[in-house]
Amino acid sequence: MTTSKAENGRNLKEAIIEGLIWFSGISAILIIALIFIFLLKEGAPAFVNVPISSLLGRRWYPIEDLFGLLPLLIGSLLVTVGAVVIAVPLGLITAVYLGEFAPTWQRELLKPLIEVLAGIPSIVLGFLGWVVLAPLVQNMGASTGLTAFTGALILAYMSLPTIISITEDALYAVPNEYRDGALAIGATQWQTIWRVVLPAARSGIVIAVMLGIGRAIGETMAVMMVTGNAANIPSWRTGLFFQPVRTMTATIAAEMGEVAQGSVHYSVLFGIGIVLFLITFAINSLATRFVSGGDGRATRRRAQL
Amino acid sequence: MENKIEVRQFNFYYGDFQALIDLNVPIRANQITALIGPSGCGKSTFLRSLNRMNDTISIARAEGEVLLDGKNIYDADVDVVDLRHRVGMVFQRPNPFPQSIYNNVAFGPRVLGTAKGSSLDDVVVESLKGAALWEEVQDKLYEPAQALNPGQQQRLCIARAIAVQPEVILMDEPCSALDPVATLRVEDLMRQLSKNYTIVIVTHNMQQAARASDWTGFFWLGRLVEFGKTGDLFTNPQEELTESYITGRQG
Ligand SMILES: Nc1ncnc2c1ncn2[C@@H]1O[C@H](COP(=O)(O)OP(=O)(O)O)[C@@H](O)[C@H]1O
Ligand SMILES: [Mg+2]
Repeated sequence: MTTSKAENGRNLKEAIIEGLIWFSGISAILIIALIFIFLLKEGAPAFVNVPISSLLGRRWYPIEDLFGLLPLLIGSLLVTVGAVVIAVPLGLITAVYLGEFAPTWQRELLKPLIEVLAGIPSIVLGFLGWVVLAPLVQNMGASTGLTAFTGALILAYMSLPTIISITEDALYAVPNEYRDGALAIGATQWQTIWRVVLPAARSGIVIAVMLGIGRAIGETMAVMMVTGNAANIPSWRTGLFFQPVRTMTATIAAEMGEVAQGSVHYSVLFGIGIVLFLITFAINSLATRFVSGGDGRATRRRAQL
Repeated sequence: MENKIEVRQFNFYYGDFQALIDLNVPIRANQITALIGPSGCGKSTFLRSLNRMNDTISIARAEGEVLLDGKNIYDADVDVVDLRHRVGMVFQRPNPFPQSIYNNVAFGPRVLGTAKGSSLDDVVVESLKGAALWEEVQDKLYEPAQALNPGQQQRLCIARAIAVQPEVILMDEPCSALDPVATLRVEDLMRQLSKNYTIVIVTHNMQQAARASDWTGFFWLGRLVEFGKTGDLFTNPQEELTESYITGRQG
């Protein structure tokens, strides 16, 4: 028997579709690889030409060839940690309210509204932070309104929609049978949520938090507008979060336009890019491990007793 | 004989739809009461009315009385959480939490604060033994409950229910997802448990009702058509409807 015309056509179509899918997959990988290679090529000289001790220095002052990354690292750290500390509890509580307590009409009203918030351009939020938040922070007693705390507030606001929306999806995916099982034993609704629903939704919640943090670490524009951009290391004495800082992203964005291509300063800026890349990569792999850890945690702890 | 639960003039509605009509059902203490009837006749609804699990359905509404030890569980001063602690439930599809076997059984004592530390360990062991599951899981208490087979999962759910020492256990078609061997094990288990607990079981399997229960109620379109000793009801039904249902299914 020979293959029919129709069958030939079908096979050809299959082959084309398969090829397209393969091509898309490969090009995504290739593009990422290319970006990383480019980053390495431009940034690696920084780690060769500038001694590590100097990169770990406390002063970022490129005009005098001082390339201490510490203030920038600490700036990013303060703003991000601040944002996470504010956004994660708030986001989780809001999601639990929406998913477990709110009547349907409220959920149907609020969920899309929250998702729209995610679409507000960051420059608009930066502007809002500058005009509204900064004066408020200054009134709280800081010497200026443009501080790490102001940046953290804006970033928290930016990551909230992501955290809320994805956490709510994760809660929604928990089968009602689990809730019934807990309630039928005589657990209160709150115990049911805390001990059954949240653990069951854990991997989704971790992803929500990670995406929220990802948004915070990488954000540049809004942060640049409200953190004051002074590359100094805030001290405990004067209030860690209530002084101007400069983040890694803001540094790259602000200085890239002015450096000579191929100069040391130029390669250090790319070096900062590499550091950012590594941090994000580390957080992602940590999250993946945490997620695939499954039910083990509480269990393993008991097993050791 | 003493009635653990006494259902009186009970009506139940989902919105405008009346799912249960004028029910009067006695549930004897420390006996197994089986409820049979075609699918959709209200067996699950009735069972869920006995520990107010229907409260979670917003459009649901109940009228009449369900007396537990003489006290109406629908009275305003009844604490639902406490009620469900006394009247536990096992569901149609095994629904162990996605946690370890140990944590599943320990869940109830933990939330109710009835046992801690080594006494919690004891409760877990006793409950697993009570549910005839101990032998099979003693070496893997800290492994995920989802790794058990469906029959074991259902017995784990029974262990989880008895860990809080309820007075009544409601079972909604507990064997419908199980193979015949696992089904027989659960039936044996029910027989043992009935020494200490009052058991109400819904089943669409008439052989099971005939085999495993002391009393049987036959439901039809939201009404209780006939209620009596299991032996009598199956050998000598008083109502024509009952007779055609049990013979129709068997023949
Ligand atoms: N949550 C609900 N909302 C509305 N109607 C329901 C709900 N649950 C059950 N019903 C209806 O109530 C009747 C009895 O259902 P059910 O108690 O589940 O019967 P059974 O368990 O005997 O199969 C059916 O007609 C069913 O469609
Ligand atoms: Mg049912």
